[in-house]
Amino acid sequence: MTGAEFHQAFWTVAIAAVCSVSCALLGCFLLLKRMSMLGDAIGHGVLPGIVLAVLLTGQVTSVYVLLGAMIFGVLTAVLSETLASSTEVTEDAGLGVVYTSLFAAGVILLSVFARHAHLDLDCVFLGLLEVAPLRTMSFLGFDIPRAAPTMALALGLTLGFLLVFWKELKIAAFDPALAASMGFSPRVINYLLIALIAGNTVSAFEAVGLILVLAVLIVPAASAHLLTDRLGAMLGWSACFALSASVLGFALRGLGGFSLDISGMIAVVLGVQFAVVVLLAPRHGILAKAWRNLRLSLRIAAEDILGTLYRAEEAGVVTFSLALKDHGLSSWVIWLAHRQLVQAGWIETNDKGLLVLTASGRQRAQYVVRSHRLWETFAGEFLDLPADHVHTAAARVEHYIGPKLQDELATALNQPPIDPHGKAIPPSAVETPPPPAN
Amino acid sequence: MTDWLTYNSLIVLQGVTLLGACSGVIGCFAVLRRRSLVGDALAHASLPGVCLAYLIIGEKHFFAMLIGAFLSGLLGIGFLAILRKFTRIKEDAGIAILLSVFFGAGIVLRSVIQQMPASGRAGLDSFIFGHSAGIVQSDVHWITGLSAGTLLIVLLCYKEFRLVAFDPEFAQVQGWPARLLDFALMLLLLGAVVIGLPAVGILLMAAMLIIPAAAARFWTQRFSFLLLLSAGAGMGSGIVGTILSAKFGVPTGACIILVCAAFFFISLLFAPGRGVVARILARQRNNLALQAQMKAGEEPPP
Repeated sequence: MTGAEFHQAFWTVAIAAVCSVSCALLGCFLLLKRMSMLGDAIGHGVLPGIVLAVLLTGQVTSVYVLLGAMIFGVLTAVLSETLASSTEVTEDAGLGVVYTSLFAAGVILLSVFARHAHLDLDCVFLGLLEVAPLRTMSFLGFDIPRAAPTMALALGLTLGFLLVFWKELKIAAFDPALAASMGFSPRVINYLLIALIAGNTVSAFEAVGLILVLAVLIVPAASAHLLTDRLGAMLGWSACFALSASVLGFALRGLGGFSLDISGMIAVVLGVQFAVVVLLAPRHGILAKAWRNLRLSLRIAAEDILGTLYRAEEAGVVTFSLALKDHGLSSWVIWLAHRQLVQAGWIETNDKGLLVLTASGRQRAQYVVRSHRLWETFAGEFLDLPADHVHTAAARVEHYIGPKLQDELATALNQPPIDPHGKAIPPSAVETPPPPAN
Repeated sequence: MTDWLTYNSLIVLQGVTLLGACSGVIGCFAVLRRRSLVGDALAHASLPGVCLAYLIIGEKHFFAMLIGAFLSGLLGIGFLAILRKFTRIKEDAGIAILLSVFFGAGIVLRSVIQQMPASGRAGLDSFIFGHSAGIVQSDVHWITGLSAGTLLIVLLCYKEFRLVAFDPEFAQVQGWPARLLDFALMLLLLGAVVIGLPAVGILLMAAMLIIPAAAARFWTQRFSFLLLLSAGAGMGSGIVGTILSAKFGVPTGACIILVCAAFFFISLLFAPGRGVVARILARQRNNLALQAQMKAGEEPPP
């Protein structure tokens, strides 16, 4: 790698990373406030501000452009919020009306007054991360890209804002009413946040493009939201995702022998990260949820099998069918539960080929049936339900009654001997069975 | 006939008028279901499909690109449904993720196409970003077909769609296949986006789906009037915007959006009942009546 190539690679990744991390931090708040599309709206709404600034100053890159863009970014947010709060226009529609109109106004302004200005709309949307390092300026004797100081400033402002207003931001994000009652306006915090997002969006425009800005605002924050319930950790995760995506996106630019669009690749990497998190997140992931559901289904199926065997034994019936489909459990779950019960040594097949309870299984079954019948009694006595209405509810609730609740039920009912159907309530098991999970 | 109204602008006029009416109708459902921005997201999400179709076919084939856009939009709808059903990601975040990631993937594919030998990529960009002034006769055929189909479907399922648009839970309880109807509405939206996109581009498509419906909402409480008004507003802005743009030589899409926005602004201010002016007047009348009662020594009504 030659020096020039290294310079190019280093600055591309650096610009992308600084811009991504800054946006990813702020995006967490947008996500939590359910204003995710505001990033997109601001990104479009700033166009008239940019055009006006260019028209008034005659310069394409100046602090006025940033200022004009920030003003219109905040204006976009204020207008759409006013529409949503004081008329019957819904939030999403208000946002849509405002940003499309402002953008159209910008396009018209551009076409009427600034046909010759060097403002390339395509470049705004798609960004030209590849050429950003090539447009350099001299800084303390070093050649650095023009975008670098702006980006660094944006990140610095973001970090400073987060540090200074951390507590206020946190409260305003989760409980605006509490924030207001504590004496600081959640609106002011909100608009500061929006101004900062507008500034970040604009400073990132030229380097990485509007779409990547939206991607780094929301996608890492969403991934982080699925991994943690703490705001600090969420910001940390979000920054990590953004940083790693910037590096990976750049590293994968040569995939398949093409030179791929780096901004696009970063967005794709962010998308892949999100997909992986959606599937695999330990608590909120799809697989984790499916696993929890399966375990719950298995436990319910196992307890239903035990209960059915116990009742059969009690009635002296020797043959019976496992009518578990009534409980909405699919047959493969029953098959699995049955296998687990046999392995645990709670049920076995006797010499006549019938399923029977073992001693330990009987104890567990007794516990379940006791829960069931106690609940039936409780429902009959305290909730005034007739005897023919209590069974279905009890068949559900029995799986969620722990030892402590069972004792309390028995005490509240004065240790009843029989349930509303006249069946004996089995005594509390000698050995306390494991409490139901979940 | 004046000099700016050429055969070309007549075709453009025909196209945007029909598209305006059609997206006005579909937009009502989107706005009522609080899904205004889904159209925007689907428009962006169709890019990877368009590019893939181009890469597979190897040339610019209009129909193949439409199919690609449709399939990729369908994937996007599925993505939103999965997020809604299985995760705690809220709908707005889902839309933003769909928009940015799919569009990012599209940009990557586009950079592949740009490097293909003998790439006739002219036309690919206008397929995405649209070029209202460049609507041609075949586009108008497509748009006419779409509009007729949409109108027919909406008329056939008018009662069901109305129910789902206002109260999907009630529709479900009443025994209608609410999810299926909801999906049908999404498909209509996708259809409008996919066909309108090459003609007018992402931004105008998003605007035409949202603004006429949001403006019409100020004027009426009746669903049938809402649909008619919104369609009329879409159509009207299409016509006025195209004429203005031809006259002043400014971009057509932006011009149509601004006419739409003007209509919205007028509605916001002057619509009877819900408009800002009407509400201020009503409040003042109320205050005056209250003051008069207090002067007369009566108890104010609770």
